[in-house]
Amino acid sequence: MRLPCPICGERDRREFYYKGDALALDRPAGDADGGVWDDYLHNRDNLAGVVRELWHHAGGCGAWIVVTRDTVTHEVHGAERVGKAKA
Amino acid sequence: MRVAGKGHTDAAETVHFTFDGQSYAGRKGETLAAALLANGVKLVGRSFKYHRPRGIVTAGSEEPNALVTVGTGGGQDPNVRATTLEIYDGLEVRSQNAWPSLKYDMMSVNDLAAPFLSAGFYYKTFMWPKAFWESLYEPVIRKAAGLGALSGDINDDIYEKAFAHCDLLIIGAGPAGLMAALTAGRAGVDVILADEDSQMGGRLLAETFTVDGQDGADWAADAVSELAAMDNVRLMTRTTITGAYDQGTYGAIEQVGHHVARADAPDLPRECFWRIVAKRAVLCAGALERPIAFPNNDRPGIMMASAVRSYLNRWGVAPGKAVTIFANNDDAHRTAVDLIAAGVKVAGVIDVRADVQAMGDYPLYTSGAVTATKGRLALESITITHAVGTREIRTDCLAMSGGWNPTVHLTCHMNGRPTWDETLLSFVPTDGSIPGLTVAGAAAGHMSTLGALQSGAKGAAAAVADLGVTAKVDVPTAEDDPYRIEACWQVDGKGRKWLDFQNDVHVKDIKLAAQENFRSVEHMKRYTTQGMATDQGKSSNVAALAVLADATGRGIPETGTTTFRPPYVPVSIAAMGAGSQGHGFAPKRLTTSHHASTGRSAPMIEAGLWYRPSYFPAPGEKTWLESCNREVGYVRDAVGVCDVSTLGKIDIQGPDAAAFLDFVYANTFSTLRENRVRYGLMLREDGHVMDDGTTARLGADHYVMTTTTAAAGQVMTHLEWVAQALRPDLDVRFASVTEQWAQFAVAGPRSRALLNTVLDDPITGEDWPFMSCGAVSIGGIEGRLFRISFSGEHAYEIAVPSRYGASLFRLLVAQAEAMEGGAYGMEALNVLRIEKGFITHAEIHGRVTAFDIGMDRMVSRKKDCIGFAASRREGLLDGQRERLVGLRSVNGTDKITAGAHLFVEGADAVSDNDQGYITSVCWSPTLDSHIGLGFVKDGPSRLGEHVVAVDHVRGVTVTCEVCSPVFFDPDGGRVRG
Ligand SMILES: [Zn+2]
Repeated sequence: MRLPCPICGERDRREFYYKGDALALDRPAGDADGGVWDDYLHNRDNLAGVVRELWHHAGGCGAWIVVTRDTVTHEVHGAERVGKAKA
Repeated sequence: MRVAGKGHTDAAETVHFTFDGQSYAGRKGETLAAALLANGVKLVGRSFKYHRPRGIVTAGSEEPNALVTVGTGGGQDPNVRATTLEIYDGLEVRSQNAWPSLKYDMMSVNDLAAPFLSAGFYYKTFMWPKAFWESLYEPVIRKAAGLGALSGDINDDIYEKAFAHCDLLIIGAGPAGLMAALTAGRAGVDVILADEDSQMGGRLLAETFTVDGQDGADWAADAVSELAAMDNVRLMTRTTITGAYDQGTYGAIEQVGHHVARADAPDLPRECFWRIVAKRAVLCAGALERPIAFPNNDRPGIMMASAVRSYLNRWGVAPGKAVTIFANNDDAHRTAVDLIAAGVKVAGVIDVRADVQAMGDYPLYTSGAVTATKGRLALESITITHAVGTREIRTDCLAMSGGWNPTVHLTCHMNGRPTWDETLLSFVPTDGSIPGLTVAGAAAGHMSTLGALQSGAKGAAAAVADLGVTAKVDVPTAEDDPYRIEACWQVDGKGRKWLDFQNDVHVKDIKLAAQENFRSVEHMKRYTTQGMATDQGKSSNVAALAVLADATGRGIPETGTTTFRPPYVPVSIAAMGAGSQGHGFAPKRLTTSHHASTGRSAPMIEAGLWYRPSYFPAPGEKTWLESCNREVGYVRDAVGVCDVSTLGKIDIQGPDAAAFLDFVYANTFSTLRENRVRYGLMLREDGHVMDDGTTARLGADHYVMTTTTAAAGQVMTHLEWVAQALRPDLDVRFASVTEQWAQFAVAGPRSRALLNTVLDDPITGEDWPFMSCGAVSIGGIEGRLFRISFSGEHAYEIAVPSRYGASLFRLLVAQAEAMEGGAYGMEALNVLRIEKGFITHAEIHGRVTAFDIGMDRMVSRKKDCIGFAASRREGLLDGQRERLVGLRSVNGTDKITAGAHLFVEGADAVSDNDQGYITSVCWSPTLDSHIGLGFVKDGPSRLGEHVVAVDHVRGVTVTCEVCSPVFFDPDGGRVRG
C-alpha cells in the first residue's frame, strides 16, 4: 500500500505509523461527560467501506495525516494534514 | 536422447552435473529436465503419499513431479523443479522422498496399502486417542510422506529484495508479451517486461511456428534485441510475477544466482524478491496444458504434449523412441508432425474425437482412449480402445493433452473469479478483476499465434492510451488456426486415474469426497488435498473440478473454482526476509562509550535497539553479581560513572513551550524556574502512565525533555500527534537530540569532587543544588550539567556533544577510579534504583495509573492535560487496585523472582486468590537482602503484612514482607547532601 503524503507525495506504507480512526481529532473538553470520553477513547465503528484514519509519516516528514480510504476495495482516495482536517 | 539438428542449445558447450551421485553431461543453458531426458533418465522422483515412481511431466514452472534437492548444508534447496533449474558445471542434484534409493524405495509399500489411504484417511484414522497423534501417527506420517527437506543449518547465502516502478508492467514474454512490449516500448513509456524463463519468447521457442515469415524463435530474438536497445524498457528474465496487490503493486521473484555455481559468483544473490509498482499492467502469462485422467497415467514417460514439443524443438531432445499421443484437441497433433519431421517415430495418435483428420503420416485412432498403461519404472506400453477395437501399443513416451487452461491465477488475487468458457472448455479471466490490469494472448483465451500477437499489441496500446500516450498497433503475420477441442476429463478403466500428481489425488478420491458430502469445491479440496501441494494444482485443478461437477450432477460453472492466492510459484522465505537475518534483523544503536565498555570486557545487553554494558568485570571476579555488588558500592560509597545517553532527549522550544509541556505532562512545567529540572509524569489519553523522565528548563522558551530509553520513539510520535492534531494553536517546535548529546551519570558522595577535576570552573553546593541545571565548560567544550539522581545519591548527569562522548567517558572513569570508584553498568543501575523505589517500564508497563504508583497527587487539577479526564474514572482510583509496594524476602536470603504472583499466607496459589505480582527484583548489597518492587491490592495499606510469592514458571515460593518501595534513605538526605 502507498499513501499520498501531502508533503512528500505517494510513499510506501512502511514509512507510516497507524493510529486509528480520525475521530481521535475531536478531543472532548476536559470536563466533558464520561460517556463522551468513553466514545472518544474506546468506541469505534468497524466500517466496511470508506473510512478516515490517522497515519503518521514517521519514516518521512513527520506529518500526521488523515487518509481517506475504502476498506472494501482498498482504494486510497486522498490525504490531508491533521491541522487542516476535522473529524 | 539428442536429436540432431533440433534445439537452440550448443553441442560444443558441454557441462557436467550429477544426479543421485551419477555424473551426466548436458548443455549449457538447458534445464535439468532436458539434460536428464537427453541422457535417457526418466525416473526422477517418488510421489508424496504412495511413493510411486514418477518422471518429468511438463517443461515449465507448473511441474508437479520432477522436484529435486540441490546442494547440501545450509544452502541446500529442496523441491527445486527440474524443469526450470538450469544446469551448470559441478551442479549436484539429488532425488527426494525415496529411501534407500529411487529405484528401490522402501516406502512404496504405501502404494500397496493404497486402499487404506484414501481421501480423508488422516481424518478418519487418526482421530484419537490424542496422545497417539503426537507420539506415533505424526512422526511416522512425517517420515513416510513428504517432499524435500531443509538441512537445518544456517543458510549463509545472499538474498535480496528490491523495488521497481514503471508505467506498464508486462507479465510474460511469449508472442503476446513481446508484442505488447514492442508496442508500448516504441511509444516511449517506461516498460518492465518480466518472464520466468531464462530466455524470452514463450511458446515461440518451443514450437515450429513462423512469424512474419521468419522462424518464431528468431523473431522473438529480434524482438528482444530491439527491446534491449530501448532505454525505456527493462527486461527481467528468470522473474516470475507472484502476486497482484492493491494500487498496481506486483510481487515478483527473480532467480538471480541459481543457474551458476556458487564458487563462480560468490557475491551474486540466489534470489531477489521484487515489489513492482505499475501504473498499468498486461498479463500475457499464456496457458498451461492439462493432463487427462486415464488409468495409471502417472508412469515415467507420460508427459504433456506441449512439453514433448518443448524438449524436441527448444532443447533438441526426444523424450522417447516410439512416441504415442493421446488428446482431445487439434493442437496436440502438431506434436506428431514435429516428431516425424525430426525423424522420431510416432507410434500412434489417439484422439477422443470421432471426426478428426490426421495432419501427417501417422496412425490415427479416432473415438479413442488410453485405458491401461504398463511399465514399472518407465512406460513400456499402452492399451487403447478406439472406433474399431482395442489394441496394445509399444511406446516409451505418451504425450497427452486435455486442452489448455489460460493462466488466470493473477487475475484472481484480489478476489476475482474466472469465467467458464464453453467453447474453450476453460476458465478465462473476468474483466476488471485487477484494477489497471488487462489480459492478452492465451491467458485471455486467444489460442493462435496471431491472436496472441494482436491482443498483446491492442492490450498494450489500450493501457498506454489510459496514460495519455498513443501507440501504433503493427502486428506481423502468423498462424491463426482454430482451437478445436472436445471435453475429455477422465477415462474409465481399471486402476487409479491421477489428477494431482504432486499430492497423489486421483479421480476416486474426488468422487469419495462428493459421496461423503464434501460437495463444495473448497471442502473437496481440503478433504482430498487436491491442489494443495507446492504446484498448487496448476495442471490438475480444472480436471478435478470437472470430476466433482460430474459426481455432483452440476455443471462446471455452478461448481466454481477454488481461490487462487499468491504466490503463483513458491517463494523462499529467505528472499522475502532478505537482509533481515542475523545482524540484519534490527539496526544496532551504539553509544559513544561502546568501545570503552567492550574494551573493559563488559557484556553488552540490548535495550531496545541500543547496546548497553551489563557490568564491568574486574580481575578475580567470578560472577556478574560480584561485579554488580562492587559497582553498587562505588555509587553508595565513592563515585560511579554510567553512560545514560540512551535516554530519549527532546529539545523543545517556542513561546508556547511551557503551555505545551503542561498539556502533555500530568504535572506542571510552566512554573518551573529557568536552570531547574523537574520530574515529569506523562499519561496516555486513557489515563494510564505512558512514560516518565526529567525535563530541564534551559531558558524561558527552551526546555529539554528526557524520556526512558524504551519509550523514546513512542513519546516523540505522541508529541508530534499532540502538537499537530490537538494543539495546533501552540507555537512550539521540537526535535529529537538523543543522538546529538552524550550524557553520563556521575553518582555518589564524591561526584562533585570528581566533576571539579574535569570542569573548567568548579561548582559548589550553593550554586548547584539538587534539581538544578545549566551550562558548563569541560576542557573548553560547551556542555550541560544536570544535578539529578536515579540512585538516591548526590549525583549529576553531564552532557557534551556526541563527538566528545568517548573521550569524556574515559576521562570520567579514570578520575572515578582515582577516587576508589569506577564505571557501573545496567545491573548496578537497576539495583540502585530498586533500592530507592524508582520505577522503570517494568513497573509502568501500560496497565498502571498514576494512582497505582502513588503519584496521583502529581496529576494537576488546575489544568487540562492528556489523560486527565480518563484518569479521574472511578475504577482507576479504587484503593483495592494493585498498587506499588516494596517486597523484601522475609529471611533476606531467599531469592524472589520477577513475574511471581502474590498470595495471602495459607491461600491456594490460584488466580482467584491473586493479590498482585512482582515486577523487579535484585540482591541489595546495601540492605543485605533480596528485595523487589511489585503491585499488591491496596498495597499501601498492607505494609508489614507477609505475602507468599509463587512463581509457577520457575517453581519458586518465597514469603515476603510488604514494605515501602523506598528501601534506602527514605527521607532523601543523601541526594541533597
Ligand atoms: Zn511526508
